[in-house]
Amino acid sequence: MAFSLTRAAPALTLLALLGPVAAGLAGTLAPAFGLMPALGGTEASLDPFRALLGWPGLPRAATLSLFTGLAATLVSLALTVLICAGWQGTRAFAALERALSPLLSVPHAAAAFGLAFLIAPSGWIARLIALPLGWERPPDVLILQDPWGLSLIAGLVVKEMPFLLLMTLAALPALRPAQSLATAQALGYGRVTAWFKVILPRLYPQVRLPVYAVLAFSVSVVDVAMILGPGTPPPLAVQVLKWMNDPDLAMRFRAAAGALLLLALTLAALLLWRGGEIALARLSARWLVAGGRGHAERMLRGLGLGLGALSAALVLLGLVGLAAWSFAGLWRFPELLPQGWTLRSWMRHGPELLALFGQTLLIAATSSGIAMILTTACLEAEQRHGLRPGTRALWLLYLPLLVPQIAFLPGLQVAGLLTGLDGTLAAVIAVHVVFVLPYAFLSLSDPYRALDPRYAAVAHALGRGPSATFWRVRLPMLLRPWLTAAAVSAAVSVGQYLPTLLIGGGRVPTLTTEALALASGGDRRVIGVTALAQTSAAFLSFALALLIPALAWRNRRGMRHG
Amino acid sequence: MDKGLVFDHLRIAHHGAALLALDATVAPGEVLTVMGPSGSGKSTLLAAIIGTLAPGFTLSGRITLDGTEITRLPPEQRRTGILFQDELLFPHLSVGGNLGFGLPPRLRGRARREKIDAALRDIGLEGFAKRDPATLSGGQKARVALMRMLLAEPRALLLDEPFSKLDAARRGQIRALVFERARAQGLPVLLVTHDPEDAAAAGGRVITLG
Repeated sequence: MAFSLTRAAPALTLLALLGPVAAGLAGTLAPAFGLMPALGGTEASLDPFRALLGWPGLPRAATLSLFTGLAATLVSLALTVLICAGWQGTRAFAALERALSPLLSVPHAAAAFGLAFLIAPSGWIARLIALPLGWERPPDVLILQDPWGLSLIAGLVVKEMPFLLLMTLAALPALRPAQSLATAQALGYGRVTAWFKVILPRLYPQVRLPVYAVLAFSVSVVDVAMILGPGTPPPLAVQVLKWMNDPDLAMRFRAAAGALLLLALTLAALLLWRGGEIALARLSARWLVAGGRGHAERMLRGLGLGLGALSAALVLLGLVGLAAWSFAGLWRFPELLPQGWTLRSWMRHGPELLALFGQTLLIAATSSGIAMILTTACLEAEQRHGLRPGTRALWLLYLPLLVPQIAFLPGLQVAGLLTGLDGTLAAVIAVHVVFVLPYAFLSLSDPYRALDPRYAAVAHALGRGPSATFWRVRLPMLLRPWLTAAAVSAAVSVGQYLPTLLIGGGRVPTLTTEALALASGGDRRVIGVTALAQTSAAFLSFALALLIPALAWRNRRGMRHG
Repeated sequence: MDKGLVFDHLRIAHHGAALLALDATVAPGEVLTVMGPSGSGKSTLLAAIIGTLAPGFTLSGRITLDGTEITRLPPEQRRTGILFQDELLFPHLSVGGNLGFGLPPRLRGRARREKIDAALRDIGLEGFAKRDPATLSGGQKARVALMRMLLAEPRALLLDEPFSKLDAARRGQIRALVFERARAQGLPVLLVTHDPEDAAAAGGRVITLG
């Protein structure tokens, strides 16, 4: 049987997801309490926590992590909801939908660099102001890496808002929003108010898990924080990484304690958010039926569209900025464009980047390939054996996205050291699978379940078994969503920084680790070249996902949509 | 040996609650019409026959086809042809590809192509083999779906309101074609519908569920 692994698939998938998370958490827990025989830690103690509490930057770093994480999630969600409420079903919304895939595929680091190039005191926005005012030097204000983490929040929002929007779009059709909206509008409710009162209360439970994932990610983010976040002290996650990489190996104990504290902070943030949900539901219960038809509708709609467009523009202009710097010759402040264009940066760094490009793609292709096989097998098991995961299994699927990476990767690194797997390509690929799998499953499960089961019934009635039905009917009919899910997975893999760095032990460099290594240097030309190469690696898979079905089904009208 | 499609004390329950009971024999060339409001278990009956009952349904009794019990067979070995309300032509295959999908593999190469061409001629669609199914009219699609089913050499034909989406002019035509073919090949036919006109055209016994 070509596909006899379908029955075992759900268990295998959970193992691939949860095994590393559990092993990693255990490996973080032990050194946090002083246990790490390799470094002489043989007795349990609270010294690592004492050392952590003794670090003067701790209160500020912890507050920063919590504040930026909560704020970024709140703004991302508010924007998502505002855009949907004001514009769902309109042409502007369709345009935004089309911009969504490219926005999602831009790696976090590249988007953060692009944003930095725009908003830095010597960036494009400052130059636009400087030219008419005749400034000759960049203004002396701390915009990038500001102590409040505002630029970090902005960098998170421009990437997380598209993700939440995508999750919302996936959940919406099942709620039949057009009917509910039309009913409410016929009763005299304004568009935005109608959406808030009749759609949102049913929608939110559907997107709760993605929201939690965004919150956990934002509290514990490392790569974006290294580029846009404040430096002294940095958010806790960045500081933990610094301790991890400290030449003084004794710092590993403090790092483990810090990682555990970050896990607790993430849990606290999630609990706080949940409390907010409950409070808001209580408070809004009366508002929902109080009969208010809404006001300031036009302002809210304008605000949603304006901020949504601004957010998309920041990412896309950021990429243009990266490109401009990568080809720039001499470029003085406050000129808007360089005095000349040159290929020098690309020539100088090209050969080295090409090797990294290959390595990045190899890891992305293998890890997303494994994730797609497991995902497909799980979904096929649903079709054949009715093994449909419940809500609890869905939580498990989200676990690698809810547990901060920095909380379990250090422990996993220790496990890698013990087994001699650390620093190998195979270990990096395996850990990428953990983070890629949830996205593969989330992308493919809806289209897979939505395929009319009668096609399979017809194939069976025509004498074809489960295997032939899968290969000759289901898979070809799902080619487009399958490739899209594979592309999403590959893009997620390309963007992984911390897993590649920690599990690769610095010996498996990719475009992403290389780009982040340049962050502190500030050479804009190299950063431009590297971040663009990173972005194109992620784009490549999306281009293939568009191109292959277009070619394969060029003579099949029924395959063009859906 | 009982020829035809036999329901022998067939009982279907959903999570323990009795849903439908059927004792009947459909002889070769005969049409049995099953009517009933939605929710009465018509589509459950069809799923039980073709072997795609969802988990949660339990079945007792036997269904036999030409003397062989099919109740425990996997769907693809039952040889129960079915036509649904939608034609469900595979959108990724050509018209000829759809017919080839139904044709058993023992015919190869040229003989296979000729069989497909002959089948297309038979339903008035000569030269349509390379066409995209999405470009066919509703009546043409219905004919291809019927032919695809017949090429798989079924031993019974199940009809799940297959005419309800066709316009009035086509409906009579396609209905006549289906019944004529089924009779010619001596297939027992089970028709599920809520259109009394279908039942009248079928001309056989009528059972009402629910």
